[in-house]
Amino acid sequence: MKTFRIGGVHPAENKLSAGKPIVTAELPKQAVFPLSQHIGAPAVPCVAKGDMVKVGTKIADAGGFVSAPIFSSVSGKVNKIDSIVDASGYRKPAIFIDVIGDEWEESIDRSETLVKECDLEPKAIVEKIKNAGVVGMGGACFPCHVKLTPPPGAVPTCVIVNAVECEPYLTADHQLMLEHAEEILVGVTLVMKAVNVNKGYIGIENNKPDAIKLMTEKAAQYPNIEVVPLKVKYPQGGEKQLIDAVIGRQVPAPPALPVSVGAILQNVGTMYAIYQAVQKNMPLFQRVVTVTGKSLANPQNFMARMGTPMSQLIDACGGLPEDTGKVIGGGPMMGKALMNTEVPICKGSSGVLIMNMTEAKRAEADPCIRCAKCVSACPMGLEPFLLATCSAKGDWERVEKEDITSCIECGSCQFTCPSHRPMLDMIRLGKSTVMGIIRSRSVKK
Amino acid sequence: MDLILVAVIALGAIGLIAAVVLYVASKKFAVFEDPRIGQVAAVLPQANCGGCGYPGCSGFAGACVKAADAGSLEGKLCPVGGAPVMEKVAAILGLEAVASDPKVAVVRCNGSCENRPRVVQYDGAVSCRVAHATCGGETLCSFGCLGCGDCVKACQFGAIKMNPETGLPEVDADKCTACGACAKACPRGIIEIRLKGRVVKDNARRVWVSCVNKDKGALANKACAAACIGCGKCQKVCKKDAITIENNLAYIDPAKCIACGLCYNECPKKAIHASFTVPAPKPKPAPAEGAAAPAQQAAPKAAPAAEQQQQ
Repeated sequence: MKTFRIGGVHPAENKLSAGKPIVTAELPKQAVFPLSQHIGAPAVPCVAKGDMVKVGTKIADAGGFVSAPIFSSVSGKVNKIDSIVDASGYRKPAIFIDVIGDEWEESIDRSETLVKECDLEPKAIVEKIKNAGVVGMGGACFPCHVKLTPPPGAVPTCVIVNAVECEPYLTADHQLMLEHAEEILVGVTLVMKAVNVNKGYIGIENNKPDAIKLMTEKAAQYPNIEVVPLKVKYPQGGEKQLIDAVIGRQVPAPPALPVSVGAILQNVGTMYAIYQAVQKNMPLFQRVVTVTGKSLANPQNFMARMGTPMSQLIDACGGLPEDTGKVIGGGPMMGKALMNTEVPICKGSSGVLIMNMTEAKRAEADPCIRCAKCVSACPMGLEPFLLATCSAKGDWERVEKEDITSCIECGSCQFTCPSHRPMLDMIRLGKSTVMGIIRSRSVKK
Repeated sequence: MDLILVAVIALGAIGLIAAVVLYVASKKFAVFEDPRIGQVAAVLPQANCGGCGYPGCSGFAGACVKAADAGSLEGKLCPVGGAPVMEKVAAILGLEAVASDPKVAVVRCNGSCENRPRVVQYDGAVSCRVAHATCGGETLCSFGCLGCGDCVKACQFGAIKMNPETGLPEVDADKCTACGACAKACPRGIIEIRLKGRVVKDNARRVWVSCVNKDKGALANKACAAACIGCGKCQKVCKKDAITIENNLAYIDPAKCIACGLCYNECPKKAIHASFTVPAPKPKPAPAEGAAAPAQQAAPKAAPAAEQQQQ
């Protein structure tokens, strides 16, 4: 069975909510839409206080090419444009909408019928995806249309769908595949048409045999789409790792992109969103969110409208347990601990993980014993202990030479460290500093 | 015996030839260095802190000589050595020392454990820069001190220490050389290098706003009992136009401030700090009888402020 070549770790899977059907979450009383839910320029509000909006009304325009518009997920009245503490832990501008009823824009096709045919031109498909505010839904939230507009010189040869879901605990993508396999496959054909390739792969780790079976069955009607079962290994969902695992090509160090080796990657959730956007005229305003945790009474998968506070979903799962140590937005490996549970669900919120006191506590860091476990675990072939030490010392030249910008921040090094050293913390600091230095250098030129 | 003799002669000859070559080379390829650079460097404190803005003391010495050739030492200051060292440097270079006002590092946050309750716990790497990049901090204030002590580590002079009771750094003004290393190390720009201020009775008087919270008043107030809420009272009371309010935050311009203490007494949040004991405001003289009526009408609004002043 295929997998990526270098490094990787095997964290306990803990897929507590596997097989739990996707439940439609209740509408919130007030929905909050942070203006930067994606990588790139923040969106610019196009509604004002007091405006009435419907489900699917555009409330903020894209703030540039690498940006995405935001749509209301609820109907009601714009209460204010203020700020809210988002997943980053900082106060960011956001639009607040008081929910009144549930009235949808008429252009949205709300029927369940599967629409397979699409006679749009490739450019028109990309345009539609762009105007629906679709971003990568695996967590990075990179605006989708940018990936589908390869830079000149790069020729895509295949589309790879990331259905790996290598993060422990999360089951959102898994459940989405089980319930919306047909739609996802139509989404794949749309993307293949948009970038003009005739080969599509769907990479699924073999801890989801039911999804592999179902997707293989359904994909039989599409001769160009192949389901690739993969050996379980974290971080297989990283785009470079997945390309290596599925088509055996290695992406060179930045600034090379996946498309430099001919691959266009999209998350399986994004594929569903693309289907909804292109075939059903439904902009991106809801997503599947896994709410899970060992102490949580009833871990579940929700189809939640954006802007729903996480606390509401946690309450629907039986409320915040007493021994809660940390609430994490995303999975345990790459997610971020949240400052409070009022953080709204955004385009990239794949999960809410509640860790109890014992799980949440970080072990005290001991000195590095030079065992090099982190070096073997690093999926990018870097030397994490060295990068961390040099970053802590502020030796930016050295870390740049050691390719710190290649780090995908997967956390395998820190996970595997027997001395529990906070390596990733330091590497992130070094990486962001070096990126800043590189940017300022290119500005000077 | 011959063997030893041959060896000694051979080595001696090689040594002699090498010496001649080296001598010729040193004369031919000599790089002229202004002897004054060495002289200036000799009087510098050799802390190599970079506080002057040049890479180390020799770099600064070179810059001073260059500036002297241009005619003036203006803008050149060794923060560690201060005026005495600059006088020596000026004497070497045959110039008048340019008087410059001494500066000191000032911590602009008063979010002690008491004023600013902790709402979450940060357990990542103990580094302000990492904490700053990871989260908004342990309190509701995402502008204030993170308390991991990057400034303490950056100080070469042992002038900053963490106060375990408040969780905030404290600057020892006597040890501080105003090199600015701490200000550079702080990811939130809390530490400012300010003018030391007018010296009265061996005590430099300076007044500053001890807060950098740019949130709206209500939010800042909720996060910290000692936050500047941008109410503007200090601005109104200042007679020197030294106070500006931008982004819900007051800033006192040290160049204009005369450390009179009016704003210190006016601030309802006690967010303005002073390096000296500010005399309590004089009780207002009883208004003349004719003016009593309008004063009383205005009283209800002014009363709360007056009460707080007395506290």
